Amino acid sequence: MAVVDSTVTRDTRARLPIAEVRWSTVVAPLVLGALVVLAWELFVELAEIEPFILPAPSAIWEQVTANTANIVDGATVTGRNALIGMLTGAVIGVLGAALAGSFRFVDQMAAPVVAALAVIPIVALAPVLYSMFGAAVNTGRIIVAAVSVAVPVYLNTLRGIRQVKTVHRELMTAYAASPIQMIRAVTLPTATPYVFTGLRVASSLAVIAALIAEYFGGPIGGLGKSITSSAASSNYPLAWAYVTGAIVLGLLFYIVTLLVELWFSRHHKPGG
Amino acid sequence: MNGRTGEPAISVTGVDRVFGKGRKQVVALQSVELTVAAGEFVSLIGPSGCGKSTLLRLVADLDSPTAGEIAVFGKGARQARLDQDYGIAFQQAGLLPWRTVAGNVELPLKLHGAAAQLRKARVAELLELVGLTDFAKNHPDQLSGGMQQRVAIARALAESPRLLLMDEPFGALDEITRERMQNELVRICAETGAAVLFVTHSIPEAVFLSDRVVVMSPRPGRIAGVVDVRADGLAGAHDRTERARDEEGFFHAVAEVRSLLHGTPVPAVAAEGLEK
Ligand SMILES: Nc1ncnc2c1ncn2[C@@H]1O[C@H](COP(=O)(O)OP(=O)(O)OP(=O)(O)O)[C@@H](O)[C@H]1O
Ligand SMILES: [Mg+2]
Repeated sequence: MAVVDSTVTRDTRARLPIAEVRWSTVVAPLVLGALVVLAWELFVELAEIEPFILPAPSAIWEQVTANTANIVDGATVTGRNALIGMLTGAVIGVLGAALAGSFRFVDQMAAPVVAALAVIPIVALAPVLYSMFGAAVNTGRIIVAAVSVAVPVYLNTLRGIRQVKTVHRELMTAYAASPIQMIRAVTLPTATPYVFTGLRVASSLAVIAALIAEYFGGPIGGLGKSITSSAASSNYPLAWAYVTGAIVLGLLFYIVTLLVELWFSRHHKPGG
Repeated sequence: MNGRTGEPAISVTGVDRVFGKGRKQVVALQSVELTVAAGEFVSLIGPSGCGKSTLLRLVADLDSPTAGEIAVFGKGARQARLDQDYGIAFQQAGLLPWRTVAGNVELPLKLHGAAAQLRKARVAELLELVGLTDFAKNHPDQLSGGMQQRVAIARALAESPRLLLMDEPFGALDEITRERMQNELVRICAETGAAVLFVTHSIPEAVFLSDRVVVMSPRPGRIAGVVDVRADGLAGAHDRTERARDEEGFFHAVAEVRSLLHGTPVPAVAAEGLEK
């Protein structure tokens, strides 16, 4: 006869732990944000600050509502570069880490290069890339975003690969599993939450890289270009409106990757 | 029932295992001789650090002996591993947390290329065997420790191995769950007819489950003696029932194992059983 177990949670699919987020965690920063904006508004008004130094939030908001379509267009261009760059960089980072995790010499060869890439501000390469690929295409911007993303994804994935448990490794040895089977069945799933942690960290980098790269030239379009051109024509509230768009874009990338990360680490709690 | 003829499931001859070099050298095993017949249930018992896990790992080819020979069904340990002649369960369940219960049990079948249809049928059968049919779609983090261990046992049985290697599989369980699991293991072994090499710290567990109990002593790890439980009048491991725990032979065997463990002189009656 089968054994009867009395008390067990019967939901078979774990959900995102969003329900566990307490209200105070969300409300507190919102309150703080509102207070800061209010203080800013009062400060600009009472101290009579010139708009080219610091425009009031209300003036910025006016520009945001008046130029919504332009901001969305710009965000689409920058967001597209950041997204393509992020996906490319993620693939490169994961594949590179898989290689470095499997072969010691790859790890040793890559370590100094990765360390160098981690400290070099990649956007500084943008002008060089524009002259390599031509200033009329977005390739340079995508490459800048991809390289910025590849580094943290590579480092985190490699760390994840090293978390493989001895029991799991020995189990696969006992099954006479091939190296490819080992990677697919154990190594990659173990590393997956780390990959997405890397991706979350990299998501804001991707947006920043794609945006800053626009400051150095390249084709028209994109939030970075709009910020520089509005500032150049002394329309500071408009420049700030585009900055607002950039902040929203960065947050969007962050939140989406955060949700993906939570989803992929839902079973990586104790147990098993 | 016990296939006593033909090749032994395990044959260990003159095995030494020495870890490290020089002054830090640890002799984990010294001149170990052990034969486990096909279909026989043999337990390894001994104080912590006497080399039980080391011996089991050598048989599983997860480690290699410094000296001596290990044969599994007449083949070298490595060949036996490549041929998947054994199933293994560790002290930790070692389930893959990102796979469902069914996915975990299915893993060895999948790795060895069994067809999907066949895998599904076999997984259903195995989960029935360990009483977890209702939890097929759960993930390991939703199961209790005992249930996880049962999944690990189902996984070890997946390919109907003729030999099971188990390293303290019930070590982390409470006494009640443990006895229940022991009863289940006896039943499963009777159904599958597999030989078992079973590491444990518990004397009653070793006696209840085994045909023979191998007692080891530490530093260097050696076999101190073997208690043949059947010689104490208990049924063979495969035909044992829960009642065996209350039989006189059971207590007798427990006393024999205990005296071997503590190195005190073996009572006269028990000595006979040890000679062979
Ligand atoms: N990989 C290793 N490197 C060095 N020494 C080791 C290694 N594995 C085991 N040992 C040593 O070998 C001896 C036997 O270890 P083993 O794990 O086989 O003991 P055990 O009988 O299984 O103990 P326990 O009951 O606590 O599990 C111990 O002294 C241990 O320190
Ligand atoms: Mg051990």
